[in-house]
Formats: sequence, C-alpha cells, structure tokens
Amino acid sequence: MSQRIDIQKTYKLFIGGKFPRTESGRYIKWTDKNETTVVNICRGSRKDFRNAMVSARSASGGWSSRTAYNRAQILYRVGEMLEGRREQFMAELTLQGLTNKQAKNEINQSIDRFIYYAGWADKFQQVFSRVNPVSLPYFNFTLPEATGVVAAIAPDDTSLLGLVSIIAPVIAGGNSIVILASESLPLSSISFAEVLHTSDVPGGVINILTGYRSELIEHFSSHMDVNAIIYCGHNTDDQKLVEINAALNVKHVIQFPIQDWSNDKHQSPYHILKCQETKTTWHPIGF
Amino acid sequence: METINIQKTKAIDQVNTRERVSRLFSRSIKNESKMQALYLALSMIDLTTLEGKDSDGKVKQLCYKASHLHYKHPGLPHVAAICVYPTMVPIAKKELEGTGINVASVATAFPSGMADINAKLDEVKSVVDAGADEVDMVISRGRFLSGDYNYVSDEISQVKDACGKAHLKVILETGELVTLDNVQLASDIAMEAGADFIKTSTGKVSPSATPPVVLTMLEAIRDFQIKTGKKIGMKPAGGIGTAKQAIQYLVMIKETLGDEWLSPNLFRFGASSLANDLLMQIMKQSTGQYQSKDYFSID
Amino acid sequence: MTKKQIWDYSPAPESTDHIQLKDQYDLFINGKFIPAVDGKYFDTINPSNEKKIAEVAESGKADIEKAVASARKAYEKTWSKMHPKERGKYIFRIARLLQERAREFSVIETMDGGKPIRESRDVDVPLAAAHFFYHAGWADKLEYAFPGRVAEPLGVVGQIIPWNFPLLMAAWKLAPALATGNTIVLKPAETTPLTAMKLAEIIQEADLPPGVVNIVNGAGETGKFLVNHGDINKIAFTGSTDVGKYIMKSVAGSGKKYTLELGGKAANIIFEDAPIDQAVEGIINAIFFNQGHVCCAGSRLYVQEGVAGEVITKLQKRMESLIVGDPLDKNTDIGAINSKMQLDKIKTYVKLGKEEGGTIYQTACSLPKKGYWFVPTIFTDVSQSNRIIQEEIFGPVLAIQTFRTVDEVITKANNSPYGLSGGVWTDKGSKIFKVTQDIRAGVIWANTFNKFDPSSPFGGYKESGVGSEGGIEGLSGYVNLV
Repeated sequence: MSQRIDIQKTYKLFIGGKFPRTESGRYIKWTDKNETTVVNICRGSRKDFRNAMVSARSASGGWSSRTAYNRAQILYRVGEMLEGRREQFMAELTLQGLTNKQAKNEINQSIDRFIYYAGWADKFQQVFSRVNPVSLPYFNFTLPEATGVVAAIAPDDTSLLGLVSIIAPVIAGGNSIVILASESLPLSSISFAEVLHTSDVPGGVINILTGYRSELIEHFSSHMDVNAIIYCGHNTDDQKLVEINAALNVKHVIQFPIQDWSNDKHQSPYHILKCQETKTTWHPIGF
Repeated sequence: METINIQKTKAIDQVNTRERVSRLFSRSIKNESKMQALYLALSMIDLTTLEGKDSDGKVKQLCYKASHLHYKHPGLPHVAAICVYPTMVPIAKKELEGTGINVASVATAFPSGMADINAKLDEVKSVVDAGADEVDMVISRGRFLSGDYNYVSDEISQVKDACGKAHLKVILETGELVTLDNVQLASDIAMEAGADFIKTSTGKVSPSATPPVVLTMLEAIRDFQIKTGKKIGMKPAGGIGTAKQAIQYLVMIKETLGDEWLSPNLFRFGASSLANDLLMQIMKQSTGQYQSKDYFSID
Repeated sequence: MTKKQIWDYSPAPESTDHIQLKDQYDLFINGKFIPAVDGKYFDTINPSNEKKIAEVAESGKADIEKAVASARKAYEKTWSKMHPKERGKYIFRIARLLQERAREFSVIETMDGGKPIRESRDVDVPLAAAHFFYHAGWADKLEYAFPGRVAEPLGVVGQIIPWNFPLLMAAWKLAPALATGNTIVLKPAETTPLTAMKLAEIIQEADLPPGVVNIVNGAGETGKFLVNHGDINKIAFTGSTDVGKYIMKSVAGSGKKYTLELGGKAANIIFEDAPIDQAVEGIINAIFFNQGHVCCAGSRLYVQEGVAGEVITKLQKRMESLIVGDPLDKNTDIGAINSKMQLDKIKTYVKLGKEEGGTIYQTACSLPKKGYWFVPTIFTDVSQSNRIIQEEIFGPVLAIQTFRTVDEVITKANNSPYGLSGGVWTDKGSKIFKVTQDIRAGVIWANTFNKFDPSSPFGGYKESGVGSEGGIEGLSGYVNLV
C-alpha cells in the first residue's frame, strides 16, 4: 500500500484576475527556516509588471465608476472570503515563522482591516467632500477622486497584514493597484490573490507580483502610467530612488516606514486620501 | 399667414450674461469720447410722457424741449422722437412740424395689451392716420407665457400690416417675461413677425430695462442680422435716467452690434429724465464744474 | 444716415501719482530690509515700455542661509508658540492693510508685470486680500478641518512663485502657511518682484514678528539655493512642470515635503446645446485673461461640429473688440507680454503652429512700438498631434479642434500629460455631471472659466502638480496630521 502523495501548491503571479507564471520563466527558491519546505516562487520581471499595469489601467475606469456601495460590498466580500480560508493562512503564516497565536492575530487583523475599509468605501467621499462658499454666484464643490493606478512595494516584514493594509485603502478609494509582495514572506500574498479571485473584485483591480525588490523597484517607480507609488520600507536608497523616478511624470509618492502594521492607528481614512486627487467643480447659479 | 416654426433657438446663461454686462460696463469713457457719447445719446432719445394725467400743455412743453434742449449750449442735437399716448399724437405732430423729430405713439392697449385684436388694429390705424411716424406696440404676454407663440407672432404681423409706413417698435415687457430665454424667444418672434425695433418695456412694470435683458436683445438682433441680413433697431426703456447708464449702453451696442447701430436709426432710449442728466454732464464737461438740477428745465 | 465720426474710447489711464516706489529694494529678512551679502542688484523693468522701474537685491547662498536661519528662529521662538488665535489676527491685519492700499498695489502690479489694470484692480489684488482674510480665520480652527487628527505645522517653508500673478501667488502661498503656524522664506519671480516687496512693507506695518516671513529675490539660482537648503521642511512651488520635476528630484530622499502647481493645457469643451454667446465670452476669458499667462488657461478649444462655424465666427468678431495696449489704461483688455523671453517662446510656438499646417487668425489691432506684445491669436485646422495642442504656450494663443460625440471629446480632453483644469459648456445638467466627472483635471469650470476663490481648492492631476491650494485641501499641504 503506498502512502498518498500530497499535492503541492504552485505559487504564481496574479495579473488581470488570472494566475500566470512569470513570462521570464525564472523562479526564486523559498524555504522555511528549517528548510523542510521548499517552494518555487515566481521571480516577476519588468514585463510582468508591464502586463499588470495594462490590466490595472484597463480595470481602473470601471472600478472607480462603480457605486461606492458596490465597492464597499466587494471589499466586505473579500473579508468574508478571507475568514473562510483561515486554515490555509494559518498554515502558511506559521510556515513563514509566526507562532500560532501570532498567525491567528494577523489573520484576524487582516480581515478586520478589510472590513474597516469596506465601511469607509461609501463614506470617505462624504466626509472629505465640501461645498465651498465662494463669493460669486456659483455652486462650487470639491470631492476626492481616485488618482488611477497605484504601484506599491508591500511591507517586507509581514506576509499578509501589510499587504492588506496597503491594498484595502487604495481600492476602497476606487484605484487599481499593482503590488509587489513581500520578498521574504511571499506565500500568503499569493494565497491572498486566491481569496481575491473567489471574491467579486474585478480582474485587474488588484494585481500581485512576487520577485526581487531590487530588480523591480526601478520599473515600479519609473513607469509613466503609474499615478501614485507607495513604498513601504526603510532603505534610504530605495526611498530616494522612488522619489527621483516619481519626478518623471509627477507621481504621488507615499512612503510608509511603518514596521508594526498591527497597530490600529495605521488604519485611517487619511490613508485613502493619499491616493486621491482633489476635484473642484464650478457652476453658475441662475435661471 | 405663413407658419413659423417657433422654438427656443439657443440657451442663455443668466450669470454669464451678468458678468459680460459688468465687463462691458467697466469701460472707462473719458474726455473727447465722453462728450461725443453724450451728444450721441441725446440724439437717440425718445422723449417720453406716458401719464394718465398728461395734458396738451405738457406735450407742447415737451415738444419745445425736444428741439431746444438747452439755450446756453448751441449746437446740441435734437432728440429722435417724442413718445406719447394716442390722444396726444395730433398735438405733438403739429408742434414738431419741420423739426425732423418723429412722433411715436404707444398703441395696442398699452401698457397691458389686454384687448381684442381688432380693437388693437383700429387703435394702430388711428394713430398712424393721426400722423404717428412710429408705433410702439406691446405683445400679449399672457399668451406668450402660456406658450401660444403663434398668437403672439400673428398679432405682431397684423399690427405691422396696420402700421403701413410707420415704423413698428415691439415692446416685449421683459419684466413680465422674467427669464432671458423668454426675452430671446420673444425678440426672435418679434423680429420674424416684422418688428423694425424691439423694445424692452412699457415703463409701467418693474423691472424695466435691465442691462442683461438689453444685452440679450442686442445679441438676438445680431443673430437675426447674421441669419437674414436685416438690421433691427433696439430701444431700452424705463429706468435709464443717468448719462452714465446711457454711455454704458452705448458701449454695449458698440461691442455687441458694432458702430452701425450707434445711430438713432437703430438705437433709441425710451426716457423722460435722461435728457437733463445728459445736458448736465455736457455742461460739466465743457465748463469743468459740477452742475445743479436747478439750472435745467423740468418739462 | 448722415456721415458721422466713429465713436471710440479715449485713453483712460489709471493715475500713478499716489503710488510709492523706491529706486532700490533690498531683501526682507528677519523683519528688516537688508542688502544682499555680495551687494548685487538686478533691474526690474516695465514690459510695456522696457523702462527700468527699480532695482532689486539679488540673493546668493549666504542670503538664503540668513533667511532660513531667521525663519527657523522665528518658528521656534515665536510663531509656533503663539496662540493660534493671535496668529490669525496678524493675518487679518495683513488682509486689511492690503485692502486699504489696494489701488497702489494694482498699479504697481500692472507696471511690473504688464497685466491690464482692469485685472490687477478687479482680480489680483482683491483676491489676494481675500486669501489672507479667509485663511486668517482658520488659524484657531484647524481641529475642524481635519477630523480625528491634530494638525501640526511643518516648520520652515520655502515658497517659490511665478510671474503671472505675483501678488496673488504670494498670498496663495503665505496665507495658508501662516495660518497653520509655519514660517516662510518666499522667492518671487525675478521679473515681478515689486508687489512682494510692497507686501513686505505691509508685513512690517502689521508688526508680524521678525523672521516669520522672509522675502528673497533672484532667478533660478536663488531658487536652487532655497530648494536645496538643509533646514527647509517643505517647498511650495508654482511654475513650470520642468522646474517642478527638478524640485522633486532635488528633494528626493531629504524628507522635505512639497506641493507643486505646475503647467496645464486645459480643454474647453463647447457642446451644441451650450449657451453660445456666453460660451464665446468664456473662450475669450479662458485664453486671453492675463495675456494667456495662466497655467489653467483654456488653451485647447473643442467645439462640437454643429456649432463650430457659429462659435468660431463669433469668437473672431469678439476678438476684434479686445483692446490691446497700455496696461495702465482702464479699457485695456490685453496688456504686455511679461518678458522678452516669454514673447520669444510664444512666437516660436506660433511659427510652429503655422508650420504644422494650422490656419491662423489674428486680430487687426495695432501694437505699441516699445515693449513686448502679442496679438490675440487662434488656430483652426489643428490636430491632436500638433505641438501647439500638446505643449503649454502660456500666451494668448488658442488651438481649436472640432468633435462629434461626448466620448470622443472626453478622450481628446484627457489625451494630455497635464490635468490642471477644464471647461465644459452645455445647457444639459446631466451632461455636465458626466463630463466634469470624466475629465481628469483638478478644477472644472462648467458654463464658466477662470474663476477663483480662497475657499475653492486649486490643484492639478498628472503632470500638473501635487497637492492643492485654497480651501481645506490647501491647508493640508502645510500640516502634519498626528
């Protein structure tokens, strides 16, 4: 009697709602601390990023023009799906070095964070819009509007919570995103893509790549169709590089040197605003 | 009767129209230019008296004033016309004989226009027979506001026919039309139906001639000329009492319709007290001294 | 009709006998007027007659050091410690003093920059005073602007402003920075330093604590010293996209914040159902306001085919009534081009527009012999790929295209690296909301153009900038939210 052989998971990229392998055919060998588990992670390339950007751009208009209520429900749905996959994330997070308790906390917080921003999706515009009392016979109002496509380098020291904390406010605000998962802890990021796949997030709104920061940061920050770049980390060379490249097409730059994403003070509607433009409209009042 | 497809031709925005007016009115008219404008404005006046208490004596005085604006200042132009009620036409005609000043009469159940069409036509014929050179009719605002544009149009056409050689000014009574869209539509109807002039108001309804209304009518005249080649005159009436206002309107005409309209043939002021203020300003310009009303006859 | 003389407007020059101008202006540092360390001065001229008006001290590196040090000291010793209510009162004072001396500022603005007195009198100066007045009241109410957060000042702010609205831009920059508790080193543009120096006099009169506002003059080099100074917490810049990009690169990695108000190439869209006569006036206002030296100018006109003929004919006729000439004449609609350099740039683009196959129409007005002038110009028969459609000209030059459908015009309007402003003209409410929503730009004027107010945020998308000025959004650029 032979023992049943486990089916091992293949970790792929998440682009345009699909799971392609990297076009480059390259991989990164990832092992747990004890080197008992070995996983091949896609080593995403600049062309993968380019493809993800195309998907993100084409999804952006449709996503931002959905009703806020609809976006809120979809974000909530992501939370629901995440809740249903606890076991998978427990296994991966512990494999990536967390204790059971830590893993459980990270999952709880990731779910809660999505629910937090699901709740904001149909409110932030209300809270941050205004009718401006101009001294002319005009109706003048200002509202936040999605900037478009956001490229993000996710926090490296957390596999799930950091990723979620970046993605949720960006898409709650109607943007699409291409995000580079944690280089050292990539497993849950790709599994999170599976959650997205089974939720109702339209393909292309969230694109998740894996690979080397050092290789991809240049392309993330220099791409001329990126409207905002989020960089999570402390590397001052990287920070500077992102800011210099942002000048190419005047991208918004958002730096998050935060280490402890588990603190609830790092969730805020002001995070949504970081990837919003301000639009003001004038119209005469008369008959 | 030819059928006219009557409909709103284009949108008008009230706030922008006001802004355009204030930009036009911020022109600064000084020195030579001001003096020239004051003379021009004088020559464009339809000196008006439209009171129930008007008497032969008052009309006579007005006629004398029309051709002798101020004794101290020779070389002044005379006003364009005297504007009176129908019963006063014969006396005005007599008084103005040989002066070159026209007699204009209001007609068509002025100011309300609330009369049967035949009564209106009879009135028009009678003032023309009495010698009126110009007829100032009122449109049926009630019909207009109820959307019966064909009625309004037909009425104007019939009055035009009844006028014969006399010039027809069509009073829209814009104070009752309320919106600029209505002002424009009424202007178009009047011009299509044969008006020689379009005129803002009777002077009996407030507001009378307002600058946005006048601008809207001038633009309608311009568009009508572009479309048909015909030049229609314009007459703001009521509430224009100062030289400053008159000059502002001249600026408006110049920059909307062009220099050709800067003539009594195509532009009139319906006013009673404007003449004196223009005269005071002319005196001030020529003497350098600010004037008192006590030195200008009230007729 | 008797032959008569054409009635024209006589010259109506604004009087200049009430203004006070010195021959020489120094730097304003630590509440005092002091010469530059190396004693250099440069001339500021009147672009309408090329005559020198005054000379202004040119700041070098050492002067910037002094100014920043003075701002830092004022920030730490007084301004950040002062009760916000008192801070607000100083700003109110500035607003009032500016209102009192409004006409003097208008005249000087017109002399130094070339813009018509009608505009400096009716737009620049009153709006500048309004900016101070509006922001003054925010000083002690910031907790209501940012719910759930405490707004703290950034520290010392370096501000660099352009020559197209010299005093107004100074007000846009200074007022929110002061209200939020920052201290400032301001650099006006080198061709238009005078009203900022006059504003320094007002700041002195208002008894603002020394060092809270410092004003240094000079060109690009001076700006560089300021941008690269190590003790600046934020740069606020209005000007070209190229310089904006330079600033982004320069401050990269330094932790300095920035707001940038950069170039634009706004689409002004006229639909068939628009109020045509008002739209024509809107086109005039969009492109010829301030000689077209406006970053949010409506320099790309899109007219729906059915009304293109009418709109263009009426536009040409209206253009003929524009009075070009002496900026100090109260009837002048279009004044002098701000500088020789800018005039050359405009000429280059107009030449280019012709070479690219555009049909040019220019008004018949005659231009003064001395000074820098350019006649109102429009181009038809241009296409999306032409450089006069793609690039900012910053002059009285309009490029006109036609369109057929809403989708087509939105695509064309957004087909630009810029996204500062836009205009849409239609009588249909639902179309207004659709188009204003779909245009990727920060300020959309529906059935109007070029309107400004201190309470109304102004800022661009894409290469038109980062951050907003005016309103609550403008305040947010000068605070840390903790």
